[in-house]
Amino acid sequence: MADGTNVPVGGLAAASPKGRKTAMQKFAQRRSTTGFLLCLPLILLVACFVVYPAFYAIYLSMLNKKMTAFVGLGNFQFLLKRHTFQLVIFQSCLFAITAVVLKALLGFTLAHLMHNIPGKNQKIWRGLLLVPWVIPLALSTLTWWWMFDPSYSAFNWVLNQFGFANVPWLGVGWIARFCTIAVNVWYGTPFFMIMYLAALKSVPEQLYEASAIDGANAVQKLFFVTLPMMRNIISITVLFSLITTFADFDIVRILTAGGPQDMTHVFATYAFQVGIQSGDIPLGAADSLFMFPILAFAAFFVLRGVTKRTKEIAA
Amino acid sequence: MTTPKMTKINSGATTRRRALKLAAASAALPLVHIRTGRAAGKVSIAFWDHWVPAGNAAMQRQVDAWGAKNQVEVQVDFITSNGSKNILTIAAEAQAKTGHDVQAFPSWEVHNNADLLEPIDDVMKRLTDKYGQVNDVCNYLAKVKGHWLAVPTSSGTQYKGPCGRISVLKDKAGLDIVGMYPAKAGHTAASDTWTWDAHYQAAEACYKAGMPFAIGLGQTSDSVDFAGALFAAFGAELVDKDGNITIKSDKVRAVLEHAKKLVKVLPDDAVSFDDASNNRALISGKSAMIWNPPSAWAVAKRDAPQVAADCWSFSAPSGPAGRFLPYLPFFWGVWSFSKNKGAAKDLIEALLQREPVQERCDAVAGYDVPPFNSMLDFKVWEDVEPPKGTVYNYPLRPFHHAKAHIAALPAPPEIAVQIYNRGTMPTMMAKLKSGQTVDQVIAWASDELEGFNR
Repeated sequence: MADGTNVPVGGLAAASPKGRKTAMQKFAQRRSTTGFLLCLPLILLVACFVVYPAFYAIYLSMLNKKMTAFVGLGNFQFLLKRHTFQLVIFQSCLFAITAVVLKALLGFTLAHLMHNIPGKNQKIWRGLLLVPWVIPLALSTLTWWWMFDPSYSAFNWVLNQFGFANVPWLGVGWIARFCTIAVNVWYGTPFFMIMYLAALKSVPEQLYEASAIDGANAVQKLFFVTLPMMRNIISITVLFSLITTFADFDIVRILTAGGPQDMTHVFATYAFQVGIQSGDIPLGAADSLFMFPILAFAAFFVLRGVTKRTKEIAA
Repeated sequence: MTTPKMTKINSGATTRRRALKLAAASAALPLVHIRTGRAAGKVSIAFWDHWVPAGNAAMQRQVDAWGAKNQVEVQVDFITSNGSKNILTIAAEAQAKTGHDVQAFPSWEVHNNADLLEPIDDVMKRLTDKYGQVNDVCNYLAKVKGHWLAVPTSSGTQYKGPCGRISVLKDKAGLDIVGMYPAKAGHTAASDTWTWDAHYQAAEACYKAGMPFAIGLGQTSDSVDFAGALFAAFGAELVDKDGNITIKSDKVRAVLEHAKKLVKVLPDDAVSFDDASNNRALISGKSAMIWNPPSAWAVAKRDAPQVAADCWSFSAPSGPAGRFLPYLPFFWGVWSFSKNKGAAKDLIEALLQREPVQERCDAVAGYDVPPFNSMLDFKVWEDVEPPKGTVYNYPLRPFHHAKAHIAALPAPPEIAVQIYNRGTMPTMMAKLKSGQTVDQVIAWASDELEGFNR
């Protein structure tokens, strides 16, 4: 297959007066050059707002507190020794992994249910179930916070109506952790559902027919037809969600601000508290960069799997 | 209209000598001070966005008047502290080394940005010569290596002492807060009985009566300020002024023993309180007392007038080491990268004269506390109602025999800011509430403090 990168465009008309093209003319007429120029605005945006801040954060994380001296990996070493930060690592992993697994399971289930709803009704349900995902997260989390509110919790009011005692939703560590994860799952499940629904619709019907002829039951169809056909989309969705969930700030900040007793802090909220509120920007930057190797590690394996499977399908 | 002279120039008769003269005159023009519109340049200033809307309007009016009088174009922005937006703005400007000329710095931000602030000793000297000295907390937070790096302002500066329900405290706990702290100058013998033990007994009585003191044990500033006042009253320092960790002391143990009793009579959800939880508890009529500036009372005046009419602000209880009232000052400072430092300093000085301070204080019903004691004779604190005189004892007055205090003082500010913002003291109390022992709490806090000392 020709990649087209060296194919001259309009070559006949663009000859030089002497009938020979200069190097510059040749360069300008390549399709790759046109493509590059069209992409240039995006490249500049990414460079300014992604690459530069990322390298600046790395630079900051290697400075001392006053930002006057280079300390190498000193901030990272320091953080790893702190008990509170060890708690933050545990909580970030717990928050992200639990939330992503639950979102994937719920999203998968909902996608299947949705897939089996016939006609117009499917569109209505699809629209309704997407609502949590399209509401700005900060706003919806504020609503959740009102429902969990220490003094005037709507949930507690309902519990009281049935004769149950109040639950300190955000006042006890494990309950507060559960609440932050639950809100993240509520918010993120529609994304999984819509992705999985799209994947389900792309599975060829003939495969199910063939497996039915072979005598496969519903579970066997799920494990030997549906899941293998959806593996790539599942991997990509999980990776994407893992990245955004690890970087989550809004939910924890609004619901608990990291409390009670630091038991819900995640990397982002702890970085804000240390870096911005306590005036230690290098330590805050080091804290936020702890996500980078974890996510890079996950991305490497997930994307390698996706590439491998794509090649298998192509072969 | 064409003048003969212009005709001559236009005719092309300009000589080289004449052209040089014109060029020299043009170059020298900016050096001549011409009193014309906006001749003294531009100044941009970021004020704290006041809770009381009238506060912003009064400030804008004063700044506009100053700008018109001094021919300075002033750009004013009011930046909210909701979501720490003001701190984020300060951090961004410090990194970019550009932005406003003047910033309103909350308590710890002067030290956090000390290297980027213009010394302002000249302004402070003129102000203190005129109005007297400021308190120790202001010195601690804004004077770095002997130099004032920002001026303590009235705008947003607050005390956070108790605000109680007169009738509830009298009926349920036998505490006559109006008698202890009447709305007139002078010390009362009854106020000497207002100790931390009395505070605990009242808290216990009100808790049993279903009207607990709404005191938070979270990590936001209301919780931290309360805990700071309690620790200070017992002389309990987590870190001393030289940066030594002093948590393993009898005084810390003593305050924790007291706290162990107190936390049992605080609301069950106190550990998840934020800075609005206590306000809501008071306004809804569910609490006998909170520790807060009069903002809760002001909202109650609008939403629950019967509650507001029963509220009274007064001083903190005393402990073995004295009586300490939580104090959170704001400062106005000039960035070292400001392009118009002279005008910026002039503006700050003008806004801190007695008349504009009083005008702003009146506009916000006494919420703002001036940094100079000589300004505590404003009538607003006597006049505000209901009930009349409810905030008379809100600002610290000499006859209260109390000291302004910020949690974590006297630790070196670079450590104190972490103790404050990480909520170390209220978290210690929260751990006691969750059932941990005093020894466990001290061990945890000791480990935390070692991490702050880097």
